[in-house]
Amino acid sequence: MLRKFKLDPSRLILAILLMLFGAIAIYFLSRTQLVIAGSNFTSIGILTSGVIFYAGVLVIVAMFENEKLLSISLLAPSIVAVAIFVYGFIAWSIRVSLSKWKGLLPDYTWAGLSQYTYLFHDARFMIDVRNTVVFTIGFIAGCLILGLGLAILLDQRLKGEALFRGVFLFPMSISFIASGVIWGWLMNPATGNRITGINLIFQKFGLDSLISQWHSSPQPWGMAFTVIPAVWQLSGFTMALYLGGIRSISEDIREAARVDGASELEIYRYVVLPLLQPVTLSAVIILGHMSLKIFDLIVALGHKDLRLDVPGIYMWTTTFDGTNYAQGAAIGILMLVSVAILVVPYLIYSIRSEAVV
Amino acid sequence: MKNRAALLHSVFYLILIALAIFYLLPVYLMLLTGVKPINEVDLKTMWDLPSAGLHIDNFIAGFQQLAPNLKNSLAMVIPEALLSALLGSFNGYLLSKWKFRGSDVIFSLILFGMFIPYQSILIPLVKFMQTIKLYGDLPGLVLVHIIYGIPITTLIFRNYYAGIGTEIVEAGRIDGAGLLGIYRHIIFPLSAPSFAVVIIWQFTQAWNEFLFAVILTNQSHWPVTVALNNLAGSQLVQWNVLMAATLLAALPTLLVYIFLGRYFLRGLMAGALKG
Repeated sequence: MLRKFKLDPSRLILAILLMLFGAIAIYFLSRTQLVIAGSNFTSIGILTSGVIFYAGVLVIVAMFENEKLLSISLLAPSIVAVAIFVYGFIAWSIRVSLSKWKGLLPDYTWAGLSQYTYLFHDARFMIDVRNTVVFTIGFIAGCLILGLGLAILLDQRLKGEALFRGVFLFPMSISFIASGVIWGWLMNPATGNRITGINLIFQKFGLDSLISQWHSSPQPWGMAFTVIPAVWQLSGFTMALYLGGIRSISEDIREAARVDGASELEIYRYVVLPLLQPVTLSAVIILGHMSLKIFDLIVALGHKDLRLDVPGIYMWTTTFDGTNYAQGAAIGILMLVSVAILVVPYLIYSIRSEAVV
Repeated sequence: MKNRAALLHSVFYLILIALAIFYLLPVYLMLLTGVKPINEVDLKTMWDLPSAGLHIDNFIAGFQQLAPNLKNSLAMVIPEALLSALLGSFNGYLLSKWKFRGSDVIFSLILFGMFIPYQSILIPLVKFMQTIKLYGDLPGLVLVHIIYGIPITTLIFRNYYAGIGTEIVEAGRIDGAGLLGIYRHIIFPLSAPSFAVVIIWQFTQAWNEFLFAVILTNQSHWPVTVALNNLAGSQLVQWNVLMAATLLAALPTLLVYIFLGRYFLRGLMAGALKG
């Protein structure tokens, strides 16, 4: 490696200055507090100084003229960050889930799989699992059907296509919290004198049979209704995926089918739909991993109503309200497992067939 | 035949318009309720137009409720989006143009971080942030968003740079430029579109995020999502004020979508289709 080392005095001085500055800054920041505009920036300052120090190291690495080494060194901070914050923390969570930690003080006494066996016999967790399954099926089905339908409609080259596309897509830019708050009012279950929201519209149009308890309905229907705001937010996104897929199908193929006497409907059924399978797969992965960890929407919609409980909320209340850290960690890990089962095969498949990634 | 096609088109339009009404209903309700005076706010007349002119009192009241939180969100989101984009651009460049043995494996390991439920790292994260004294305030939240944003930003930039031919890099090498020189003189000047995509994406994500915000900040540093959720749960706030506040909280990302939707959509696609 040293054979290509090219010493450049000015760069060396730069490197030494950077490293010196970084080290001195770290030294001082570790002894005093850095407060800017009321926020404590001491740790951020130390981190920044560390980055400056590392920049000095990089300047020296660059002198080796070994670009692979430089590439790895430049990536190293991100790799280390992900290694700690994703993989390190997952391992740490697993360790917590195997402990007896209950209460504010950490307690890593080994408890084996007892948290997991408890959860599998826990009525609340079983409700969570059922709710997640109901939500996931409803959400994916709703988004795929509505998304594909909208995409096919918009594929008809109608006037105002861009406007419609914009209208169907905009809910995606709103937070789940805001969406939950609004839909909570639209899906107000009150009846009689206090009737309001969509129920009020139904009443005005004489559609009394459609008046619903919405997400306050008996389970599992109550949970199924929480799908409405979620579909409202992400069906437009699914539409955009499908529309992109449809538009990328060459017009020649469709023209050929037309020449063979296929009707427009048959073309969609036998030509377009089969070619859209990869899009459906992508959509299922994206929507599926969102719904398996659904959290904020249900918080805003149900306000921790136990009937609408999902693992994300259970984990939150157990850990931070109930200080049962071991159990909270176990719920988090089970959520991770469910997402990994869905995503990991897809990731491996995508990486192998580089075309997708 | 012509008639049939015209009829079909009318049916399509009717369906599209009906669906468009459904999609716009929540926004209509927020606007409608927001502009009604207090004495006209009645659950029974939720859908009626205001009879005594337009009022913006609710928006003022909603803004007063959320002003500190809107400021917090802004102070958090801007540095987060800019730094995320810079980091992602570097990572994407290295992972697409300077591959080394194992770089694809590293890329997929990074990518996995995009999918994990954050509940699975929440306890260590809180303990870690408390240890390094970044718990409770905005700088810590910015750092967390940047780190967990690495997968998606790297992905978007990597895909974008993969579309730039290797010839251009080779040409740079022949001219004597190294890894950093090629980035500075060739790749970075070509990156404007994907910077737009990533900055908009990270802005929207961080603005709308709730879990990290509610766990990692204390009340005086709450971003707007946490404050809004709190407002919605309290009995003290008039619901017309709440509707106005919800619209205000959603407005920044809505505006970004309306004016920069093209880039927003590209970010979405990159996150979904990976290419």
